[in-house]
Amino acid sequence: MNFPHYKQEVLALTLRWVRRLSREKFSMLFTLVQPMLFWLIFFGSLFQRAADIEVLQAPNYMSFLAGGVVVMTVLNNGLAGGVDLLFDKENGFLERMMSTPIHRTSVILSRYLFVMAITGMQILVILGIAFLFGVTPITGLLGIGVIMIIGMLFGIGLTAISMAMAFSVKSHGDFFSMLGFLSLPMIFLSSALVPLSAMPGWMQAMAFLNPMTWVIDAVRPLIITGWEAAIPQVAMALVILAIFDAICLYGGAKAFQKAIG
Amino acid sequence: MNPAIEAKSLRKTYGSVTAIDDLSLTIHSGEIFGLLGPNGAGKSTTLRILITVLKPTSGTATVLGHDVVEEADTVRSLIGYVPQERAIDRFLTGREHLELLGDLYHLPKAHAQERIKELLKLVDLEEQADRAAKTYSGGMKRKLDIACGLLPNPKIVFLDEPTLGLDVQSRLRIWDYIRQLREQGITIVMTTNYLEEADQLCDRLAIIDGGKIKVIGSPKELKAGLGGDRLILTVKESQLEKLDQLSEGVKPLPYVRDIRKIDNGLDIRVESPEKSLPGVLEVANRIDCQIDGIEYHRPRLDDVFVSFTGHAIKGEYPEVVVEE
Repeated sequence: MNFPHYKQEVLALTLRWVRRLSREKFSMLFTLVQPMLFWLIFFGSLFQRAADIEVLQAPNYMSFLAGGVVVMTVLNNGLAGGVDLLFDKENGFLERMMSTPIHRTSVILSRYLFVMAITGMQILVILGIAFLFGVTPITGLLGIGVIMIIGMLFGIGLTAISMAMAFSVKSHGDFFSMLGFLSLPMIFLSSALVPLSAMPGWMQAMAFLNPMTWVIDAVRPLIITGWEAAIPQVAMALVILAIFDAICLYGGAKAFQKAIG
Repeated sequence: MNPAIEAKSLRKTYGSVTAIDDLSLTIHSGEIFGLLGPNGAGKSTTLRILITVLKPTSGTATVLGHDVVEEADTVRSLIGYVPQERAIDRFLTGREHLELLGDLYHLPKAHAQERIKELLKLVDLEEQADRAAKTYSGGMKRKLDIACGLLPNPKIVFLDEPTLGLDVQSRLRIWDYIRQLREQGITIVMTTNYLEEADQLCDRLAIIDGGKIKVIGSPKELKAGLGGDRLILTVKESQLEKLDQLSEGVKPLPYVRDIRKIDNGLDIRVESPEKSLPGVLEVANRIDCQIDGIEYHRPRLDDVFVSFTGHAIKGEYPEVVVEE
């Protein structure tokens, strides 16, 4: 691989994603940022008094929910990460790019750089909004850094799923119905909105198998409990994410090879 | 002279569906070569294998001597590709498209800027260069496409349906660009399902149908190869039973080469309509068969198409009147 060439390609492709976003501000705002803020502000305020603090093991519902919404942002962002590639595949732009002498991974890498940067910024926005509602991450800036790393590691696998779907679906209708089918159950069958202990047994069992639960359970103590409780959870999450990412990246690579071969 | 492109026994299958089957062809340097066929005939599949974005199931192809699978990267750096008009990012400006591609072809920035300026001038898009592509008309998008395809200074340019859906004026403009490219020594490979385009523009063409090449040659050769002009007689429904008799009577006439029955008459291949027509009418008179219509014309590319594929192509420009 010729590194200066690789750098030139990847930067140009990443710049394209940034340019697209900068010209689609509204759609970005409405589809990605706003729903997450709604979850936090409306859901958080709505259940502030209804939720039982004893069950939550948190000072209040908003602080409990903040970690969940951070991870939900990562989820939605990651699962939507392949959409632009889907459109590129459908309108032939992908083929145009693939007919140039670029390394086959450049398009994927540029997409990752872009999605990860957006995800990181959104995590900061969510934490910022939570801060306005009185939730301050107890582990401070270092904790926020760890939250971002965990979020991005989760995002890598999710984006791979999204890209794999984009490369293998027949139409974008299929893509969006699969997206809808995946995202809500992932949220409800996780500890995003209520702790596992408050769930009926069968939901608990399913939530236990959901990687998102493990990610949230690592992020949440970083916000509300402190390092001592957080470190074993973070370690556990890192192990699970390593496995999750490996599986997703493998599947994504297969789908990509099939689509461009 | 080495051929620009050589394909040998190319085959591409998707599960049980065969897109192209045992396809071989040679494209010479400096010619405009057309792949003509109806939608789904396999011409785009062939094109995509040659531009390395699709791997053949079996068979080999070389572009300027480089294998499209083994040396794909080399091939990619030598060719330009002009996809169909929709392969445009609506949110980017024309100039941004060219800048992006400049980086994908690894052109040094300064060189790319110079080349972009030249190309915008060539395709007459200087004024619109900094507007988002979503504001472009179909013709403007196609001009941008062509500029993109020429950016790497390629030896061969591949065009996929270059005038699909364009109005007459834009189509003629695009044909002009393509001819200019040939004058600069660039080899052109294009797909089309427009007979008129293939006839007017291509030096040689391959008629593809059902994944196979039916015939390759220059439009002139192909038409001459049909052997004679077409004389078409049609009769009223009440006269249909006399067609066999008419056919028998016409067959021994001088100047008549071949006779085929069509739905409501006879399709006769003749050496010269002027000389053969009186004889044919005399036979009709003798057996008292009333002729409803007479039409004759020089062989056209659509006749070539029908004679090699057994069916008509459904790609005529809407404004072209097709005689029945």
